[in-house]
Amino acid sequence: MIGAGKIKQYANVLDKPLSRGRQEVSLSAFAFLFSELVQYNQTRVDNIAELERRLEDAGYAVGARVLELLCHREKGNRRETRLLGILSFVHSTVWKVLFGKVADSLEKGTEHEDEYMISEKELLVNRFISIPKDMGTFNCGAFVAGIVKGVLDGAGFPAVVTAHFVPVEGQHRPRTTILIKFAEEVLQREARLG
Amino acid sequence: MAPLAPRTGDAVFANVERVNAELFTLTYGAIVRQLLTDLEEVEEVNKQLDQMGYNIGVRLIDEFLAKSNVSRCIDFRETADVIAKVGFKMFLGVTASVTNWDPEGTSCSLVLEDNPLVDFVELPDTCQGLYYCNILSGVIRGALEMVSMKTEVTWVRDMLHGDDACELRVKLLKQVPEEYPYKDDD
Repeated sequence: MIGAGKIKQYANVLDKPLSRGRQEVSLSAFAFLFSELVQYNQTRVDNIAELERRLEDAGYAVGARVLELLCHREKGNRRETRLLGILSFVHSTVWKVLFGKVADSLEKGTEHEDEYMISEKELLVNRFISIPKDMGTFNCGAFVAGIVKGVLDGAGFPAVVTAHFVPVEGQHRPRTTILIKFAEEVLQREARLG
Repeated sequence: MAPLAPRTGDAVFANVERVNAELFTLTYGAIVRQLLTDLEEVEEVNKQLDQMGYNIGVRLIDEFLAKSNVSRCIDFRETADVIAKVGFKMFLGVTASVTNWDPEGTSCSLVLEDNPLVDFVELPDTCQGLYYCNILSGVIRGALEMVSMKTEVTWVRDMLHGDDACELRVKLLKQVPEEYPYKDDD
């Protein structure tokens, strides 16, 4: 049974030097792994909303760790306190480290004050995924949405993050938008900070 | 068309698209965490990881054969060498070494000094029976089964249990000749 156990220090993992982050694995290794993640979760759920939830949870754990790692390594332990700061951290640094390039675009929502969108022509995780018609609007980008949510929550900017397909004219595959809706307290704090 | 020369692991790895190893490591960690929460029994998680690895292996072998241009291996020794030098390099970016051959040549050890799956990982006391990298044993088993070799893969050393490297013992059980799935006279 899994419980709260004391971490035994064999070779203390915290004493090991942090790698520079340059090591790479093949894209297909990641794609295979991701497909197994999705397939495993499909067996544990009854509907699409739950599947998205589970992928998001998996991504959340990744996001929390990515935040710690990048804050320490790339930013010298400086914390972002402003909204635009954390958004540009996600859009540039996080994306560059995880996916090898900055995100295609970062936009502010026009209808609501608390919405921001990060768009990508084709998410890396969706490269080798095709969605059957009967799964409707399901998007495996929920994993990436979870990563973003993990980063934002860990940095003190609670938000609801979802992934959506947005059809684009002239392009066969729709592009993916990660929609970030910040919590009330974030906007209030941002207004107070001026 | 003249047969293409087999490429070394480094050459193939340089030619495939690559992603950051940390994304891979953290995703694998998320998978293991999900399995532990769902299944709760360490043995069950080991089995599930092996099964997931098997599913990956049966598809991975196609990509491996297509991209690496290796010719048919003459014997199991060559197979093990190819897995260690080309296979691991091509997918995980690290090479393994082959050691401890038994006298009949059917069983060997693959030793990984550097394993991207276990970066940042520490096993808590409650999960000491967990073979964290069990997905690798499934991948090897699945891939070899698709090229007509039935194998058994077990763990000898594990970095998360305090050893200095990850060591897998691969034992060839039997060669299964390919069966033609349809009867000719139907």
